[in-house]
Amino acid sequence: MRTMALLDEANQVRTEEMLLNVGPQHPSTHGVFRLLVKISGETILDADPVIGYLHRGTEKLAEDLQYTQIIPYTDRLDYLAAMLNNYAFCHAVEEALDIQVPERAEYLRVILMEMQRIASHLLFIGTYLLDLGAMSPFLYVFQERERIVQLFNEISGARLTYNFMRIGGVKYDAPPGWLDKVRAFVPFMREKIKMYDSLITGNEIFLDRTRGVGVYDAETALAYGMSGINLRSTGFDWDLRRKKPYSIYDRFDFAVPLGQHGDCFDRYYLHLLEMGESLKIVEQALEQIPDTGPVLGKVPRLIRIPAGEYYSGIEGARGELGFFIVSDGKDKPYRLKIRKPSFVNLQLLPRLLRGQNMANLIAILGAVDIVLGEVDA
Amino acid sequence: MAWLWQWHNAGLSWLPFLGMVIGAIVVLLIGLGVVTYEIYFERKVLGWMQGRIGPNRVGPLGLFQSFADILKLLIKEDVVPEKADRSLFLLAPVIAFIPSFMVLAVIPFSRTHVFTANLSIGALYYLALSAITIHGVMLGGWASNNKYALIGGMRSAAQMLSYEIPLGLSLVGVVLMAGSLNLNDIVSAQRTWWFVIPQILGFLVFLVAATAELNRTPFDLPEAESELVAGYHVEYTGFRFAFFMLTEYLYLFAMAGLAATLFLGGWLGPWLPGWLWFAIKVAAFIFFQFWLRATMPRLRVDQLMSFSWKVLLPVALLNLVITAVVKAWV
Repeated sequence: MRTMALLDEANQVRTEEMLLNVGPQHPSTHGVFRLLVKISGETILDADPVIGYLHRGTEKLAEDLQYTQIIPYTDRLDYLAAMLNNYAFCHAVEEALDIQVPERAEYLRVILMEMQRIASHLLFIGTYLLDLGAMSPFLYVFQERERIVQLFNEISGARLTYNFMRIGGVKYDAPPGWLDKVRAFVPFMREKIKMYDSLITGNEIFLDRTRGVGVYDAETALAYGMSGINLRSTGFDWDLRRKKPYSIYDRFDFAVPLGQHGDCFDRYYLHLLEMGESLKIVEQALEQIPDTGPVLGKVPRLIRIPAGEYYSGIEGARGELGFFIVSDGKDKPYRLKIRKPSFVNLQLLPRLLRGQNMANLIAILGAVDIVLGEVDA
Repeated sequence: MAWLWQWHNAGLSWLPFLGMVIGAIVVLLIGLGVVTYEIYFERKVLGWMQGRIGPNRVGPLGLFQSFADILKLLIKEDVVPEKADRSLFLLAPVIAFIPSFMVLAVIPFSRTHVFTANLSIGALYYLALSAITIHGVMLGGWASNNKYALIGGMRSAAQMLSYEIPLGLSLVGVVLMAGSLNLNDIVSAQRTWWFVIPQILGFLVFLVAATAELNRTPFDLPEAESELVAGYHVEYTGFRFAFFMLTEYLYLFAMAGLAATLFLGGWLGPWLPGWLWFAIKVAAFIFFQFWLRATMPRLRVDQLMSFSWKVLLPVALLNLVITAVVKAWV
């Protein structure tokens, strides 16, 4: 950038800044996201994200809904990880009411959540590579995701918005043979992760485009409140499944992969590694799950949370996904605030983009991994 | 028509002229036919590599898919943006298209030049004409009065210019070995061995530079979908858009023909007729391009430039020096 400016001065060429409108309809904004970019040549001087095109007022709507009625709305937040959203909300209510969840339900939830995490990470890898110009991975990941979605369909009856978790458990028990299918899926997915590793990780062009791009350190990430892979890529060890074990995560043996450089490549690679760790959890959960038992605990017919403020966060696919409930003792929340990881992670974007090349915009935006349904809520 | 009369008086009789016209029409038809099935082939190959089926609805095995697509483009509304530079906007696709068809004239499809010209400076002719297309692309990007198109057009121009040089230099090695710029002579000079063996360095440079010239993955920056939506032809619709696509695929065919002619022995080969050998080699080159598209991500624009100037150009020069020294010695 410096050299370019000098050249312009030396040659007395008049240069002009250009305001480029990326989105709201743009192939690589992953939804309806608008980015006002001020560029000089192909160098980004400033970037201004404009959000809200997918705003549905979920938080406001929740104030008029009973607690069980809110669950389907959470499906539509991060629509790539609906199971995790379901769980995060139910968990918040369970914490507030101190509801005991049956063992079998807990295991089913963990299996579903980790499978969901894999599905979500798969899609990240596909879309990220698509953003970088490689077309095939996008089509490949959908084949594996399809198997997960099929499994979800068998247990919940839906492929995208499951509405499956309930306060105090899950809606249905697993159909006969379902757990065996999941068992068969684990080694299959292991092979596929190996395949992706060999196909993508070593690609010279991919490395050139992502290594050392969009770098930030742990301090910045913490200051901006980032979480999830965006934080762990800087080497900061923070995974809620480990640090504040919820559900039954303290029973499983898994690693929390950490990055070293805080660049886009680390963020990609952590997604890949985390899929492997999720598989480990699924495998252990399948071993430990009790054969029979109820899947829905004892829950009052009408759920009323005592007046007060309650917060509970879980490790979502994109970072800390939290539900903050303010209750005045009625059967509907007085106020529901959702801590949306995509929204929080997006804050750093303008700072990351400044001084970058236009082509890096896509690499950086893609690696932040936002889902607009969650950003706008 | 006066110039025609002058030609006639200068000794060019009507019969050869008629031959030329027919030849041109035949080559155009061949070109269009090849393009139609190139697109079908590309979609099928991509489909197979990505675990899909590809087009299979229109006609048997989807063979008429491209015709259906062309028909659709033909009956689309021809939109000229209000703020566009109208005359340039209309002219750009034509400027881009004409040279892409003209370069086909010197590609020797078979042993005998039935329909094509046997120019003594064939290789140079190809390079010179293909450079004109850049103007069309740049004008198209500029005249659209769209920021994405402008960036796409500028990128294209920068990219095609910088890759033209290594492309030209890799060609010089072959010309040195054959001792002629005539493409037919170059083919004949490969009777003992194809130039891909002694000119392996030149061939590699040619392969990379040709991919970049064709704006194909991993050098498809000008139309980088994820950044520029579609590049220089965002604002084009209907048949004008088809012209740009046609240009691209005609060049793919022409470049494959050039590669086959320069490095792979053109129509030379045992048993089978010459034109079939040529077709096989062309198809192999085209398949290679599709294969790349299914495999590679895209380079970044600065990496693209530095790769051309810092890697390809020195290698091409090295190849040239080695060829010259060997040629002088032997």
